[in-house]
Amino acid sequence: MSLRLSRRSALKGAGALALTAAATGAIKAPAIAQNTPIRLGSVTTLEGPFATGGQDAYRTMEMLLQAENFTIGGRRIEWTRESSNAQADVALARARKLIEQDNVDIIVGPLSGAEGIALKDYSATLTGKTIVNGSSGASDTTLRNPSRNFFRFNTDGTQWMAGLGNYVRRTLNVSEVTVVAGDYAFPYAQVFGFSLEYCRAGGKVNYLWSPLGTTDFASQIAQIPRTSGALVVVHGGTDGLAFMTQYAQAGGNLPIIGGSIMADQTMLSARGPHRRLMVGMVASGPMADVIDDPNWTDFVARYKRMPNAFPSPSIHAVNYATNLTGVIRALKEVNGDLSNNQAAFQRALAAQKFKAPTGADVSLDHNRQAISDIFLTKIEERGGTPMTVAFERARQVNQTLGTPEPAFLALGAPSRNNTGCIAAS
Amino acid sequence: MTSQLALTIILNGLTLAALYFIVASGFSLIFGLMRTVNMAHGSLYMVGAYVGYALWEPLYDADAWYAWYAGVAMGMAAAAIVGVAMQRVLLGWMQGQELRQALVTIGLSIIIADQILAYYGGNPRQFFAPDAIFGSSNVPGVGRYPTFRLFQIGVAVVVGIGLWLLLNRTKVGLMIRAGVDDRDMLSACGVDVPKINIIVFALGAALAGLGGVIGATAQPLAQGVDGRFLLISLVVVIVGGMGSITGTAIGAILVGLAEQIGQALFPTYSVILTFVIMVVVLALRPQGIMGRLR
Repeated sequence: MSLRLSRRSALKGAGALALTAAATGAIKAPAIAQNTPIRLGSVTTLEGPFATGGQDAYRTMEMLLQAENFTIGGRRIEWTRESSNAQADVALARARKLIEQDNVDIIVGPLSGAEGIALKDYSATLTGKTIVNGSSGASDTTLRNPSRNFFRFNTDGTQWMAGLGNYVRRTLNVSEVTVVAGDYAFPYAQVFGFSLEYCRAGGKVNYLWSPLGTTDFASQIAQIPRTSGALVVVHGGTDGLAFMTQYAQAGGNLPIIGGSIMADQTMLSARGPHRRLMVGMVASGPMADVIDDPNWTDFVARYKRMPNAFPSPSIHAVNYATNLTGVIRALKEVNGDLSNNQAAFQRALAAQKFKAPTGADVSLDHNRQAISDIFLTKIEERGGTPMTVAFERARQVNQTLGTPEPAFLALGAPSRNNTGCIAAS
Repeated sequence: MTSQLALTIILNGLTLAALYFIVASGFSLIFGLMRTVNMAHGSLYMVGAYVGYALWEPLYDADAWYAWYAGVAMGMAAAAIVGVAMQRVLLGWMQGQELRQALVTIGLSIIIADQILAYYGGNPRQFFAPDAIFGSSNVPGVGRYPTFRLFQIGVAVVVGIGLWLLLNRTKVGLMIRAGVDDRDMLSACGVDVPKINIIVFALGAALAGLGGVIGATAQPLAQGVDGRFLLISLVVVIVGGMGSITGTAIGAILVGLAEQIGQALFPTYSVILTFVIMVVVLALRPQGIMGRLR
């Protein structure tokens, strides 16, 4: 143990030395700094349950960087891509590799919930480096103990559920639902957002949790109470596909309400019996395949020209694109200047106001978390392919869903035991 | 918990066990004869599933009734070919160096996984079973139950009986069993032991391929299934006893039931239950339930 400690402090010392050296170098020779490339690192999942979404995220990142010709403020952008498998420890290891070995200035990533919290914590230990989220949507990444080096231009899992609980209880008039959800940070946030509204509107909820990476849901499907009027499925990637396929095979026929990463092209472009159940599925989230907005039409047209693109970009592609847009705009404002521990760049990031690919206005709150629009969507068959169609838009949803922040924080962090289901009182 | 729910969960455990048995029996067979801990067994599962899928998809689009069966045959053949190549090119000449073989097969599994990712991409895939075994059937005491999961049990029983007959009633089986006990004596009797090795490796790999196609019909097929099924095979075989077909069956049933009962009672910790079984077996009976001390 003493060896490890001394090794660690030795490393810290070395790191500090290197930093001072870098800082003094930057002051003495700004001309050289202008010609050195901006080192952009990125982490997404090219392995594991969200591999498809990860590939799609890099597709749009490449698209946006190509549009800038990989140059901002006269400095070339050198892009180093890393892959995780949706596990926090792996994402952290890859981010450390990017910072410590590849010496990147900015990281865009990661893709999934717990990974985001891990990288936020890591970013707090860094000086002169910035991590901008990729697509991860756990609320605590920015809500509790935020890090000054971590920025998120996409809305979080709780925000994505804005409007859905009320819609299910009031418009669809369903009085009891069963939530099936992954047992990790991102679904906690989604379930919390849904339950908060749905229970306040007088609905009753049963919860069934399963670990990320579950492939056989048979026993969970057998446990869905018969009194449920609808099934709220908060799974994504192959977990969602496995659940829906097995639910269809078991003869299930409850109406399906989807979490935000259910109504995604990852699910819709896979073939199988689950499609029968998914047509008509209502969900909510930061995007839809069909949004009546010129910004979106233009983005989709550009996306479709990329090799191997889906018929429509996935949620991860849109989130990575939104975050990278924030980075590119801020870099342009400071003319690629990352000196002085990136102070000017981080100030520019925090002040960004722009239109996301979906046409939604994006700005950041005091925790550097996005305030933006949320869409209610329905899956419709259009020309033989199922697509999510936006039919309602909640404008400028903040991270606490309109509740004052102290009151929202007092509800506690979302978890499997804190689902946000607090009946109206 | 109602009796219907309890029965459903037990049936779920047994059907999952059937899949685990098919995959792990090949692993156990290879280990039993050659003492080779084939860490690339999960890769053979994945090769079988992906190559089978490549043949199945166009046939399914063309509405051929035999699409799935052709996929099964293709998956088994592909896995067997890769398995034989592994044995001939790499493992054959390092026979008896167990650590070296384990490391080489780990290396192979990484290479194969990356090649499959490069060639087939990261999209999840799934086979659809032929109409006869798709949908659900009525099971007394359980109600409607997916037919394909029942079919899995049938396949596992056929594989189990087939292996038993092969090992106990045929000349090849006689040689394999002799090889397990004393390879040198078998060789001295004029039997071509390397050839027997290749036959066993082909058979074990083909079983992994069969498991691959059946597994990818019941659950989505995606990157990472290789590691999962390798781990399951290891646990099943360690619990059941290395090299014993009966032991593999017992191990598979224990692991399958543990996984499903765990999922129903305490979903977050269901994974731990599997390892608790392994720890208990290793503590009380290190050679596995049906294993023999050597």
